[in-house]
Amino acid sequence: MNPTSFLPQLNALAGGLFLLCTFGMVATRQVQGCMRFFIWQSIFLASSAFLLGVHPVVWDLLAVAAINLINKPVLIPWLLRKTVPEEVYTRREIDQALNIPISLLIALGLVIAAYVITAPLLRIPAGPSVGVNLPIGLAALLLGAYTLTVRREAVPQLLGLLAMENGAFFTSIAIAPELHLFVELVVAFDVLIAVFVIGVLTRALQEHIGTTNVGSLAALKEESAP
Amino acid sequence: MILIVILALPLVASILCWTPKPGRRIASRLTLVTNLAILALAVRATLQVIAKGRVIAIPGWLELDALGALILLLVAAVGVTASLYSLGYMKRTTHDLSILHHYYGNFNLFIFSMLAVPVLVGPSVAWLAVELTTLLSVLLVGFESNRDALEAAWKYAMLTLTGAAIALFGFLLLFWAMHVAGGSTYTWSGLEAVAPHMPPAVVKMAYLTILVGFGTKVGLVPLHTWLPDAHSQAPTPVCALLSGIETSAILYVILRLMPIARASLGDAVDRWALVFGLISVGVAAFLLIQVHDTKRLFAYSTVEHMGIILTAAGLGGHAAAYGAMVQIFSHAFTKSFCFFAAGAVLMALGTREIAAVRGLIRSSPAAGAALLTGSLAIAGAPPFAVFLGEFAILKAGIAGGHYVATGLLAIFLAVAFFGILLHVNRMVFGNPPENLPAPPGMPWSCALALLLAAAPVVIFGLYVPDTLHTLLSRAAGLIGG
Repeated sequence: MNPTSFLPQLNALAGGLFLLCTFGMVATRQVQGCMRFFIWQSIFLASSAFLLGVHPVVWDLLAVAAINLINKPVLIPWLLRKTVPEEVYTRREIDQALNIPISLLIALGLVIAAYVITAPLLRIPAGPSVGVNLPIGLAALLLGAYTLTVRREAVPQLLGLLAMENGAFFTSIAIAPELHLFVELVVAFDVLIAVFVIGVLTRALQEHIGTTNVGSLAALKEESAP
Repeated sequence: MILIVILALPLVASILCWTPKPGRRIASRLTLVTNLAILALAVRATLQVIAKGRVIAIPGWLELDALGALILLLVAAVGVTASLYSLGYMKRTTHDLSILHHYYGNFNLFIFSMLAVPVLVGPSVAWLAVELTTLLSVLLVGFESNRDALEAAWKYAMLTLTGAAIALFGFLLLFWAMHVAGGSTYTWSGLEAVAPHMPPAVVKMAYLTILVGFGTKVGLVPLHTWLPDAHSQAPTPVCALLSGIETSAILYVILRLMPIARASLGDAVDRWALVFGLISVGVAAFLLIQVHDTKRLFAYSTVEHMGIILTAAGLGGHAAAYGAMVQIFSHAFTKSFCFFAAGAVLMALGTREIAAVRGLIRSSPAAGAALLTGSLAIAGAPPFAVFLGEFAILKAGIAGGHYVATGLLAIFLAVAFFGILLHVNRMVFGNPPENLPAPPGMPWSCALALLLAAAPVVIFGLYVPDTLHTLLSRAAGLIGG
């Protein structure tokens, strides 16, 4: 069987699952559940890079797949556990800003918006995978931003941010496979710094204020001053 | 070579700050010496740029042209005054002196990230440097570890990193556009070469996502909400860096992009810049009136100035672009000076509340005089440097026939002028509150930093040397004027 016929279909499947995981991040209440969805999202990102790079072989994409597979499902959770106190981890969020059915409806709206926004770009002649990866990547970017806005706990906000970057890279493996591998490596490192810094900040919040419910922090406003 | 040394110095200094002995003990002085060395090298590199047009360390990765040199020079200059100011200020305000080396280690890393933005010529690595400016300064913003500082740090991190992720999407689209147009080197000049052939739909989306994404970090309204928090809660020397130069260093990336986007999209690029810029100036000017905190006052003024620069870039033409460059230059010096003055007030009276400060000129004359000078200078009163920039921009706007935009800009500038001076007038003059304890004197390093920072604010308002004029003029040429 000719791999060029089923690889794009597998890639579309990976894209669908990637998007589904992002929805999971919006919908789940547990911090740990959110983490698990993020890990799976990263694995599907790596799968898509692998599928696009395996035939004909594009070494850069295979390397991107490998980097993502090591960085996100392994190093990031490990680093987070190192920096963030255990109790933050097992937390359940009760007071999300919006309830879950409404959240999912808005998320659906964002996905449709992503398809509408990218429609004019898809008229540009490009490989078959662009039609899958560009709108789905943008959708994940928007959903990540949305997660960041409605979540009140520190760790899910960070995961929303990482989901946004995953979205950008999900697009890039299709539209910019020639991007310098050095850049990919440094970005992977940069994501680790981000996780470390935010982790340290989360710990400081827990130690000095006694909460990581960052949504409740609202002391800094003009009106609050006498 | 010189560029590599400039980037390596703060990294080495930062590592030394974290080594147990004697690194921790000398961290503060080491930081000052490092920043002085960086400034000397930055001046040298700038002179080379003026002589040769371009300094190249690693072709396609590390290069410096006039626009980059301007930013590099300003980062280095504010780095020197901020590290000098830190000497006395941090000792006075930090509760636990044993953690001060963390401050200096982070300080050098932050300087490194800002120096990296103008010398990296690949948009993707420049994006990375911008992301690092956030990551390496978050812990500085939250350094005081109280509720307010940590809240400010969190908002700063989340909002600007979200912006960076959106901008990343834009930079990847830009790469795609370049590839479709047949380009192969992803650098600013590589992009410019193929810009007319890039598909407009892709460029439009890339430009808008980068404008919005990095606009968050620059503090453009309505994405500015984190800025007054972070720029007021951080330790004063860090505020000077954040407000004085970090915002301009990020705006620099947007300015770089404008001629490239213009080649593909035409005038629309300028229109968006004008709209974004004017909204920022206008909203910030009115918000200035209702602040209660000295540092927040200057933070809103930063939002206003970023708007002015973007508006100037959007007016188009060499004269307006030149005004934008003068504005970047004078804002960096003046705003860092303003924050040093606000820090002096904070050290003298222990408060940032505007309402709690009266008759400063009598109770602490040095802090009062500094605050008054800084406020007049940043509000755009002659004969200070900011006035020259604002005047050049307004003149260029009228000459270019942008009557509505220029008129609005002039009104907003006037509102901001009165907003700032309304507050500062009350703080500086009048009778000091009764039975005020005698304020402690200013540490010598802070006084010296204030003097050093004041010098360019005054001098460049009266006299612009030829070399500086050449640099600003060439930099203006690079953003399409």
